Amino acid sequence: MSERIAWNEFIIGAIIRIAGFSTIGFVILIFAFLLQQGLPALNEVAPDNFLGTRWYPTFDLYGMMPLFLGSLLVTVTAILIALPLGISTAVYVREVAPQWAREILKPLIEVLAGIPSVVLGFFGMTVLAPFLRETLQLPTGLTAFTGALILAYMALPTMVSVAEDALDAVPKSYRDAALAMGATRWETIWRVSVPAARTGILTAIMLGIGRALGETMVVLMVTGNAARMPTTLGSLFLPVRTMTATIAAEMGEVAAGSVHYHVLFFIGILLFALTFLINLAAAPAILAKRRRGGLR
Amino acid sequence: MAKISVQQLNFFYGSKQVLADISLEIEDRKIMALIGPSGCGKSTFLRCLNRMNDTIAGARVEGKILLDGENILAPTLDVTRLRARVGMVFQRPNPFPQSVFDNVAFGPRILNTHKPKELPALVEASLRQVGLWNEVRDQLKQDALHLSLGQQQRLCIARALAVQPEALLMDEPCSALDPQATLEIEELMRTLREKYCIVIVTHNMQQAARVSDRTGFFWLGKMVEEDATAALFTRPRHTLTENYITGRAG
Repeated sequence: MSERIAWNEFIIGAIIRIAGFSTIGFVILIFAFLLQQGLPALNEVAPDNFLGTRWYPTFDLYGMMPLFLGSLLVTVTAILIALPLGISTAVYVREVAPQWAREILKPLIEVLAGIPSVVLGFFGMTVLAPFLRETLQLPTGLTAFTGALILAYMALPTMVSVAEDALDAVPKSYRDAALAMGATRWETIWRVSVPAARTGILTAIMLGIGRALGETMVVLMVTGNAARMPTTLGSLFLPVRTMTATIAAEMGEVAAGSVHYHVLFFIGILLFALTFLINLAAAPAILAKRRRGGLR
Repeated sequence: MAKISVQQLNFFYGSKQVLADISLEIEDRKIMALIGPSGCGKSTFLRCLNRMNDTIAGARVEGKILLDGENILAPTLDVTRLRARVGMVFQRPNPFPQSVFDNVAFGPRILNTHKPKELPALVEASLRQVGLWNEVRDQLKQDALHLSLGQQQRLCIARALAVQPEALLMDEPCSALDPQATLEIEELMRTLREKYCIVIVTHNMQQAARVSDRTGFFWLGKMVEEDATAALFTRPRHTLTENYITGRAG
């Protein structure tokens, strides 16, 4: 009897352990593959070529600056748009909206996160791009700004949802304390609730940046994909090309094992490192908070 | 004239009447204790005095509460101004997750009562008033949640005092504290009595007997009896009061 139980326990334990380790194992394997395919690029391409401003793989010019700056421009603009909107929406849903409205809004916002990015890209191409071209008198509607707008919209649901959860976790006693000292509702929200939820709100921002940086389909469809250097602010309203879009557009046509192929993988490593750094930057605040009880 | 004068106060949550026909005079520079079993309405009554019940949907109040002769239940009254005049300390210590300094400076900052360069002196004075200055003078920049519970509660009192209120409402301020911290708060109340009108709700009858000048006994939403504390605990006029303070009811 007891032997049978011990045997069962062993089997179940082993299965769970294998499942757990295999997940980690796959991540490590993927990362190893990425390194193996990408790192040779460092030997094959001179550093000054990499840091150059011209991306013409057909002429062996692999300047990544336009791609890097393109990603940066689109991501930063998207976050600058999404951040105020996302935080105010979360504040509205949690602190201002009546109970019934909150019960409708919260799930609705979460459903928005499920819209496939290709659908949003399609919307961007057919509705937003022509609209921007006409209202702003641009040569083309497929610009960094168009991409940033759609990316901001894509990042919003996650940001709102996570920020709202963070606000919801702020104890009522904090609000009571502020109100009892003569604070108005807005003072209570901006000086107590939002600062108390700052860790969660920071997490929301990081998730938003991660989403915007890693998104491929939308930027491929609406940013115009011209690998030019975005040097001035006006570049916001001109086509750019991001790192993700470059990989997606060119990987299908490149010969496996070629220099170009290795460079594309190397861009993948860079993306991975960037996302990792962003998460790392947010980690200390989040960990400190967790140790003290509850992610707020 | 009494500092706070409550006249025929009725209070309802929806259709449920929680307080019925309460009249009470609260003197300045005295401690008024409100005792009674859980759910008797004593906390609700306390929260009428600074209109914290306004935040609850479906709450309705009738009657009059005069603060220095002005009816604070008047719909035209500036509630934030009232709450700055009548401070509150809660059941569980609730410092903000900010630094000790920012906690105490919170009220003066939002109410704009002091210039930024006057804040350090005000914070020190407020912390000295609650006997916390020597314990936290080197930790002003630290997160207030690192303090012990007793220190946190005294910090909350200092935070309320920094707004320079005229009256202080305390809702079971020691219920989360250990006996030593409780004694410290009671000691503090005796010194605060020199300057403020204090109303304390407590389920601890010994505490009411120790610190208060007058005591009111609440039972099922009514105030059964109100008298000088010594008189109420030694010669209660109502059997309900007698049963409660001798432990036979409630």
